[in-house]
Amino acid sequence: MRTLFISCFLFLLTHSVFADTIFKEPKQFIDETFQQKVPKPKVIWLTKKLKSPIKKILNHKYRTLRVRYWGQHNKTAWILEETGKEEPITVGIIISNNHIEKVQILIYRESRGGEVRYPFFTSQFNKTHLTNDHKLDKHIDGITGATLSVNAIKKLSRLALFLHQQTPFSKNH
Amino acid sequence: MMTSLSNVTLAATDSEEMWNTIKKQQAQIDALNAKIEATADAMESNSSSSSQSKTTIGGYGELHYNNIKGKDAAIDFHRFVLFFGHKFTDKIKFYSEFELEHALVKDTDDGSNGGEVELEQAFIDFNYAGNHHLKAGLFLIPVGIINETHEPPTFYGVERNNVEKQIIPATWWEAGLGFNGEISPGLQYDVAITSGLNNTSGSIRSGRQKVAKATAEDLAYTARIKWTGVAGMEFATTLQYQTDLSQGASTTANSALLIEAHAIVNMGKFGIKALYAQWDIDGLSNGAEEQNGYYIEPTFKITDSFGLFARLSEYDKTAASSTDTSVEQFDIGFNYWPHENVVIKFDYQNQDNNASNSTAKGYNLGVGYNF
Repeated sequence: MRTLFISCFLFLLTHSVFADTIFKEPKQFIDETFQQKVPKPKVIWLTKKLKSPIKKILNHKYRTLRVRYWGQHNKTAWILEETGKEEPITVGIIISNNHIEKVQILIYRESRGGEVRYPFFTSQFNKTHLTNDHKLDKHIDGITGATLSVNAIKKLSRLALFLHQQTPFSKNH
Repeated sequence: MMTSLSNVTLAATDSEEMWNTIKKQQAQIDALNAKIEATADAMESNSSSSSQSKTTIGGYGELHYNNIKGKDAAIDFHRFVLFFGHKFTDKIKFYSEFELEHALVKDTDDGSNGGEVELEQAFIDFNYAGNHHLKAGLFLIPVGIINETHEPPTFYGVERNNVEKQIIPATWWEAGLGFNGEISPGLQYDVAITSGLNNTSGSIRSGRQKVAKATAEDLAYTARIKWTGVAGMEFATTLQYQTDLSQGASTTANSALLIEAHAIVNMGKFGIKALYAQWDIDGLSNGAEEQNGYYIEPTFKITDSFGLFARLSEYDKTAASSTDTSVEQFDIGFNYWPHENVVIKFDYQNQDNNASNSTAKGYNLGVGYNF
């Protein structure tokens, strides 16, 4: 048994392949979203009127004065960050026709819980809308041991849906 | 005619002046916008550097009220825990967990002071390859459900379940080296060589040395495979082997093998957990050469902030004994989360202890948090 364990250790140590926790560069996400015809980025200034609902969504104040986004027809794309357990998670979110078209984990920095980047988790957000009280209209199943990362991604999804409603690309604008 | 021509000339001059004024004003507006954007960039840059401190502090805690028939009712700040972490680089990080149990530690000659101050985690994590980590130091053994994840808002019931507490025995930490990472999407592994338990009679929970000047004559080897390939589900199994549970103190071989397996399934508002664990220890004849336990826990979340649970559990620390020494328990209760990181708990328990021929019926209340 001891020999088996030591063999496993040596195997894992010698067969490591360098890879980064950057799963996709934000620029690549935007390029792919708009098929290389990327519109000029726009900005939403977080006025007093927007700060209160954003604080309710995130359970804390948003850390910047404005949020950058890209928009075309009825679609917007967002690169947002929220802390999971200790580190920020960078997430790309596409909103189309006032629902989530795609959630993609771009950069994951925590040492555990990285399963949140896989489609078996992120595909749950597809076609999700925002309710009147700024919650998702669908239940999202979590991943054991990654609760804080799951919560962070849910908050960013709600935030992106809310911010989309403030843009000229929203159907209800 | 001359008047009309001069009027047209005057009008053209006025338009041109107006146009020049508009252009000048637009240039001023553009310059102001550029200054506003630059100011916002600078403010956000400052805010970002100060908010991304390399040193983090976190914690959790829980206060319990226990009212069990046949015992004095008790109120106890069971755990006050602080996490300290530091990021040396993106790939090298330090994690630690410092705990005070039962609110007070008194220095007494016989050590009967009730409280404990413990270092439950202190390790360096090396992210040597994208999805693979090496950790060196004192860390939690990768086994069970609550051994690694036990912040109060993450589980039902005021007290941690007895099966994992008595059989696994959570919370269980050792010191050594460990690898963990991802084999394929949703499939993770943990492999660890660490210090081991130290006990000559097979009392597993008492055998935890807690890395306090621990005897390391016989190390422990742990391996776990965990699958979380579907959101809301987890299936895992752990094996641990130690060549001599007595660390050389016993004259007979005391090899010990732990097998643990569990399943967690959450689908919408419903959830269920099931866990089984067993020890096989050589060289004993007091019944403790076999120990096992299991529990099943269905849950239902009425809303995102209110959930119900029930738990059926049984464990036996001397399962090889000729008499029934099992401890059976039924629990039922609820969790209320006024905030995702704060929980209020209630449960009713009904325990039959066949080992001591006693019962423990009553209720428990608790409040807990993590940040």
